[in-house]
Parts: sequence; C-alpha cells; structure tokens
Amino acid sequence: MAKTIPLVEKILGANERMATENRALFDAAGVKAFNLMASPGAGKTSLIELTVKSLLPMRRVSVIDGDIETSIDAERAEAAGAVAIQINTGGECHLDAFMVNTALKQLALTNLDLLIVENVGNLVCPASFQLGTHKSVLIASTPEGDDKPYKYPTMYRGVEALVINKIDLLPYVSFDMQHFRKGVEILNPGLVTFPLSCKTGEGLESWIDWIIQITKE
Amino acid sequence: MHELPVTESILEIALRHAAKAQAKRITHLYLVIGQLASIVDDSVQFYWDIISKDTIAEGAVLHFKRLPATFACLDCQHQFSPDGSDFACPACKSERVKVVSGDQFYMEAIDIEN
Repeated sequence: MAKTIPLVEKILGANERMATENRALFDAAGVKAFNLMASPGAGKTSLIELTVKSLLPMRRVSVIDGDIETSIDAERAEAAGAVAIQINTGGECHLDAFMVNTALKQLALTNLDLLIVENVGNLVCPASFQLGTHKSVLIASTPEGDDKPYKYPTMYRGVEALVINKIDLLPYVSFDMQHFRKGVEILNPGLVTFPLSCKTGEGLESWIDWIIQITKE
Repeated sequence: MHELPVTESILEIALRHAAKAQAKRITHLYLVIGQLASIVDDSVQFYWDIISKDTIAEGAVLHFKRLPATFACLDCQHQFSPDGSDFACPACKSERVKVVSGDQFYMEAIDIEN
C-alpha cells in the first residue's frame, strides 16, 4: 500500500544538534569560540596570527584549522603562540559540527579563554554548517571585488561580524566601498564591521578590542 | 560542493521515517529549497543515485520545490525576488530593502510503500 508521510524536518538538523552540543562544551568550559570564514586568500590565517599575538598573554587562545590538505595554517598559528589543532577534511569543502567536536577532544578547553576555528576557504559551503561557535565572522578582502555580498548572500546573512581586510589596497583595486556596504546592510542590517589591513595594522585595534570585549562576557 | 553530506542527511532522514512507518520501499522524496540556501539539485541527484543504492530508497524520485527569495522594499512595501547584480526595488528603485525569506531547506514529505 502506497502512502505519503508528511514531515517537516530540516535537512541539516543532525549537524545543528551537534553544534548545540559543541556550544554546551564551550559554555561549560567558559570559552568563547569564533568561526572564521572567507574565500581562499582573504587573510584568515594572517588575521589569526595577528590576533593571537595581540591577545597573548592576556588571553589563552587555541586555533582549530580546517583545510583540505596540509598543516601550513596550523603551523603558522602555532608559531604565533597558539595551541593549534589541524583538521584535514580530505576534500570536503567546509567544516561541520562533527569534525569540530572531534577536534575539541584534543583540547583542554578549561585552560582556554578563546577558541578560533579557521574554516576552509570558501564562500558557499561553510555558510550552511553551524559549528556551535558564539560568533561567526566573515573576512572579505578588497581585491575580491565589491560584488561579493550580491553573489554570496547566504554567507553574508549568517555572520555576526564582518572584517574588510586589505584596505591598504583600496587605491589600487576596483572596490566601491559604498556599493559593497549597501549589499551587506540589506542582507545583514547593522552588522558589526571592521575595515582593516593585516599588512599595515590599520584598523586592527577595534577588531582586537571587540574580541577582548566578547571574551570578557 | 557540500552536496554529499547534504544528500547523506536526506537519505538518513528518509530511512528513519520510513523505518518508523515500517515501509518496504521509499518511492518519492519532497524537498523544499529556498533560493538563498545554496544547494545544487543536479549534485544532490548525482550523489543520491550512488548512496541510495541497495537501500529501500533506491530508485526513489527526488522532487525539488524551489522557493524564490523574497525581498520587501522598506519605502514602497513592494515585494520582489532579486535577480541580477543589485538588490534594488524594481518598483521604486529604492535600495532600502530587507530579506523576507529564501533560506528554507527541509524535507516536506516522503512517499512509501508498505
């Protein structure tokens, strides 16, 4: 006998339940966790290096690095002074809550104030997978162009803060800040935004202050 | 390309509900996907054919109900689906608009045979 079973179930519900578990682990240990997302080359690892250096020794920081292959990024985070765990996704284009949960088992969370998760460089897939972190942060960079909010709306909609990196290149690249920000404002009204340059250090202070503020909460 | 884990979730949800209903076969799956959900139907179908093999869902037909993104103009209240390179209201050209919907991504129903 044929019949229809009506159901309304979120396709990524299992990931979301694991993300909730991760969040509970962070909260129990008193750690604030950040999910850093960006396209390849936007400056995720550079921003992490600078952030770790600025926060040590005030804050105890660890980094979970997601990459398809290699441990280059984790090594850079370690060189900056953080305890880093590498996740090689083996071809998968994003981190999910299960991979992060596995990595958390290698960390003494109670010894930490701040955990930075560096997602795989990609503006599409990471947006769909919650990790359980307190803040999702997107790093845009000026050479990518000002049309990115319009082309990747899901990513821009799902974040709690936006870094606009490489502002030192503004005179050389075609990036209309007003057009860019207009798209961001529609998708994510009032989004906290940090224009900065990892190269020159301009604007970095407000970003660091924001992180310090959140790890105090 | 995150469609493999997505398709695995689709299979898991369908098999779980089918087992609860003691189904012998799953024949159709009805998925709802908003325009802002970044899912490619063809990729899901590609993975589906591979991973549903040798399960009671093998050969089941995937139905994708695509919902357009809906934006609302804050100045003239016109509702529209954005296309092209900006989000401006097509009625009054205002750029003061907000997103109403488009993020949906869920399974609505499955058809089974007992």
